[in-house]
Amino acid sequence: MFLISVSAAHLLRLYERFQFLDKDNRGHLRPEDFEAVLELSENPIGDRIVEAFFKPGQETVDFPSFVRVLAHFRPTEKNRNRDKGQPDPANSRTRKLKFAFRLYDRDRDGKISRAELLQVLREMLGMQVTEEQLQSIAERAIQEADLDKDGAISFDEFRKVGPLELGSAFILLTVRHLNDEVSSLSYWRSG
Amino acid sequence: MAWFMLPVDLLFRYLGLHINVWLTLLFGFLFLPHILGVSFGIHQYYTRTLLSIFKWATLQMELSAKEKNQQLYKHYTRGIIAKTPGSTLQQEFEDLQQSTLLSLEPRFELSDVFFFCRKALESIVDDDVTKCFSAQELESWNLLKRSNRNFRYLSLKLLALWVLGVLIRYGVLLPFRVTVAVTGISLFIVLSTMVGFLPKTNYLSDKVHWMGYRLCVGSLTGIITYHNRENKPKNDGICVANHTTPIDGIILANDLCYSLVGQLHGGLLGMIQRAMVTSSSHIWFERAEVKDRHLVCFKREGMRNTFLTNLQIISFTGSCVNNTSVMMFRKGSFEIGCTIYPAAIKYDPHFGDAFWDSSKFGLVGYLVRMMSSWAIVCSVWYLPPMRRKEGEDAVQFANRVKAAIAAQAGLVDLIWDAGLKRTKVKDAFKEEEQQLYSKILMGGHEDQNRCKHTEGGCPEGDKDK
Repeated sequence: MFLISVSAAHLLRLYERFQFLDKDNRGHLRPEDFEAVLELSENPIGDRIVEAFFKPGQETVDFPSFVRVLAHFRPTEKNRNRDKGQPDPANSRTRKLKFAFRLYDRDRDGKISRAELLQVLREMLGMQVTEEQLQSIAERAIQEADLDKDGAISFDEFRKVGPLELGSAFILLTVRHLNDEVSSLSYWRSG
Repeated sequence: MAWFMLPVDLLFRYLGLHINVWLTLLFGFLFLPHILGVSFGIHQYYTRTLLSIFKWATLQMELSAKEKNQQLYKHYTRGIIAKTPGSTLQQEFEDLQQSTLLSLEPRFELSDVFFFCRKALESIVDDDVTKCFSAQELESWNLLKRSNRNFRYLSLKLLALWVLGVLIRYGVLLPFRVTVAVTGISLFIVLSTMVGFLPKTNYLSDKVHWMGYRLCVGSLTGIITYHNRENKPKNDGICVANHTTPIDGIILANDLCYSLVGQLHGGLLGMIQRAMVTSSSHIWFERAEVKDRHLVCFKREGMRNTFLTNLQIISFTGSCVNNTSVMMFRKGSFEIGCTIYPAAIKYDPHFGDAFWDSSKFGLVGYLVRMMSSWAIVCSVWYLPPMRRKEGEDAVQFANRVKAAIAAQAGLVDLIWDAGLKRTKVKDAFKEEEQQLYSKILMGGHEDQNRCKHTEGGCPEGDKDK
């Protein structure tokens, strides 16, 4: 996987994709709209991913938020200058891990409980394994990751366990520049 | 006011002249050749000129884009996702886990979810199936606004060229074609019904049909090249082709007279279908009947036995796709057991995109788009006949035919059923993914379980993979 340069062309591509999913032309997406992506239904954790697009309590996602979520998956720059003043870009390792953490931690209480872990395992493995096997996998995972022995995995513990480089390879604009591009995009389309 | 009247006067005189010229040209160049089946060879010059103009236009756009230091929007941006080609679940997991350096055998890691996560996001941004159902976009621009998004990079020259193109297409080509189409269809309906009253001879009805089809093809400026004519279907079989647009039937029928099998539509199309039935034999059925495949087969059996000469049956199977892939053929045509003559149809999108996106525009909109394109260019390959082999069931035979057609036309052979466009995916696919993942995990786990039961440690790196 290698870097490809960013451009407005890619943003436009994503906008088209957004419009494709937004079949009723409302300007925002609802969870049902993602069902149009057939390959997503085949993914064991498809529903969780769709949930990740929506902020808690919100039923819709607009285009900037759509892109912001996808922006997490740009390859992390290896030698980024860590300016204290500037916020982390969306594709920093921390942000990516946070995204993945939230996939497990559905109730957003900051910890992955055993029940939540079991749920994810069940989704990924389906009926292919027995309940005992599932329990033992979950047990082992928690034992290894849970450093303060509180029976759940916090985000810090999760960070230590995650791989050094996440295997994702999208290229998008950084979130900082996002708003400029989006506003110029909407101007062009209406003109 | 007199000076003002002069130009108006001239205009009217010009128009009057114009109409005369127009009608003569129409008659001479379009009707007669099509009715008689003669061609002038103008088409080749036409296409060649157009192609060189398109190349020039694209070059201009690229130059102007480079000036602005930006990239051209190309629909084939596979560059937005760098997918690792041909990677399997197993390989991905090994890659993922190697970086953790924790253990040598695969086992569950919290990071395993990343793999599914990434696949899901990749498919949200870009998935193979829905790509089939939207129109194919071109790398080079063909002066139609609808097939290009790089409008920002138009220089003045290009803009002028484009405006000229629009004028020609909508002002000259479209009226010509509409006239030809309207005349053609009415002639066809009238003649066909008349022939229906006469005793049933194949000669007359064939002639009428041929004329009708040729006029239709002419009205779209269809430039069709038939390859491998020695494999043309003979009387005893079914011709099966990949289905891209509603005009597939016309294109095939332009060469040979077929009995068509298809869905009965309403409106103008239904009227044409009914007129066709009066002078030759076809089968039109309702969509709901398709569920009862036995009924369709029975009808076809009847056809085959009664009319043995000069009639073949085309069955188009599968839903419309945009001519880059061939979806699963429906079983019905293959169960009957007669010879199948596959035909592959491939459209050249440079001159006009024949794909009908029924969610975007209806039939009239579609026809207007077609008639205002430069031309509809396609190639038809006749493939050698195929029969069902011993021990092969209908589905396997269908897949074999489909693969042959896809290979010939250079299309991607997909296993997705085109009905998926309308229905939800079965859970079977999800289960497959789960199975794969569990095999990877459980393979490692069996080693672990064995280790747990024995006293003392178990030797490292002892995998039976």
